[in-house]
Amino acid sequence: MAYKRPDKREYDELRKIQAKVGVIKRADGSAMFAFGNSKAIVAVYGPRKLHPQHLQDPEKCLLRCYYDLASFSVTERKRPGPSRRSTEVSYVTANALKSVIDLERFPSSVIDVYIIIIEADASTRCAGINAASMALAHAGIPMKELVSSVSIGKIGDAIVADLSKAEEDYTIKKDGKEIKSATDIPLAFLSRSEKISLMQLDGKATAKDLKEAMALGKKVCKKITETQKKALKKIKDE
Amino acid sequence: MEKEIKKKTKLKKEEKKTEKEEKKEEIKKGTEEKEIKIERKKREIVVPGEVVATGTEFLPSEGTTRDGKDILATRFGLLEKAAKLVKVIPLSGVFIPRIGNTVIGQINDISFNGWMIGIRAPKDAFLSVADCAGYINKKDLSEHYGIKDMIITKIKSIKSRGIDLTMKERGLRKLEGGMTIEINPTRVPRIIGRAGSMVNTIKTETGCSIVVGQNGIIWIKGKNVEDELLAKKAIDLIVEKPFIEGLTDKVKEFLQKQKSKK
Repeated sequence: MAYKRPDKREYDELRKIQAKVGVIKRADGSAMFAFGNSKAIVAVYGPRKLHPQHLQDPEKCLLRCYYDLASFSVTERKRPGPSRRSTEVSYVTANALKSVIDLERFPSSVIDVYIIIIEADASTRCAGINAASMALAHAGIPMKELVSSVSIGKIGDAIVADLSKAEEDYTIKKDGKEIKSATDIPLAFLSRSEKISLMQLDGKATAKDLKEAMALGKKVCKKITETQKKALKKIKDE
Repeated sequence: MEKEIKKKTKLKKEEKKTEKEEKKEEIKKGTEEKEIKIERKKREIVVPGEVVATGTEFLPSEGTTRDGKDILATRFGLLEKAAKLVKVIPLSGVFIPRIGNTVIGQINDISFNGWMIGIRAPKDAFLSVADCAGYINKKDLSEHYGIKDMIITKIKSIKSRGIDLTMKERGLRKLEGGMTIEINPTRVPRIIGRAGSMVNTIKTETGCSIVVGQNGIIWIKGKNVEDELLAKKAIDLIVEKPFIEGLTDKVKEFLQKQKSKK
């Protein structure tokens, strides 16, 4: 039986994307990016002076990412403040963005990236990376290229793009027990060189599945890159 | 369809341009300036990683890099091609200091041989007593520049540990009285205008003396606060709408209107 997506999307179809630049006035650069109901807003500050001083690197700039869910973003109130999960996501986000930024240009300073998820419906880290990449460009930071991210999932036997919360929680019944059978693979690609800067795996997947997921991710990330570019270029009309 | 409309609007713009150019010629402006103006209107917005030019005859300048045959943008901003040189003019971002920039700074701290000065840069800026003109009593440096004083200064050198400033040049001094406002440093060229036309317009219309620092700090001093606020309003107008054509004339109009209201 072929898997049917709950919102009747095609396997490679993304949810409705919203992208906007300059949403936070006082920040040096800011952006909003949304996959359907997963919405992230990002503020970028810097390059600015780094405190505490012992973190300063005389050779390069530090990229500090701060990812968090707003307390009202999920169905059950999320206790505000950093958690085990948000610390991990902040770390992988910083690593996904680091490779495109020219950090050697600003020694012993810091670039702060604040990612707040104001509405969560799965693939929030991907929405966060997309918004952060746009906000960094908007802050006038020298970058080699943009970063686009999408989560690829394996549900049953189908490889699908951009999972929603309903799909992430997909279960099958086996011997009277409910078994979680969705695999989530967040991927991030660089816009020009198409290199991978983020790959995580939550669930089970074979080598063949992973290859398929990467091919699909590369294909849909191109679409995301186009939306990001469009949003950035729109700034002049305002 | 869209392309056609664009073409039409472009044509219209060009017509307007020629009209303006004719007017300019009447006022006997240099032909060089005209060429630059035409070049300016062709600018488009580019994003990092975008191919802005192909071929070995082009040379990458600020905000661009070479990748094989292609020239890529490394910053978000307006693309400008002047002859063979390709560069990107930033639209946003913080102040990135360069040697020779004239900036306005605030005294943050006093040490035994100089002052620490905040110039909105990612690094500390230091003004040494040796880089000041005239006699300075080394026993009490606060007599010369006290904490929270604003000064107009120049960047002498940029080293890994920080920025060194100098006061040994004409026009560099302590700013007394008046008010300072902060704008985005990328808007500074707009505030100054071509050969200072914009800032001179504001100066003559409001009667204020204005100093614009490259770091986006502007110092205004007029006969009274009303004049200063009017100049501030004009600057806010430029910051909000930097892409409008013929902005200098609009600012002049705005200032005259505000003055006649009184």
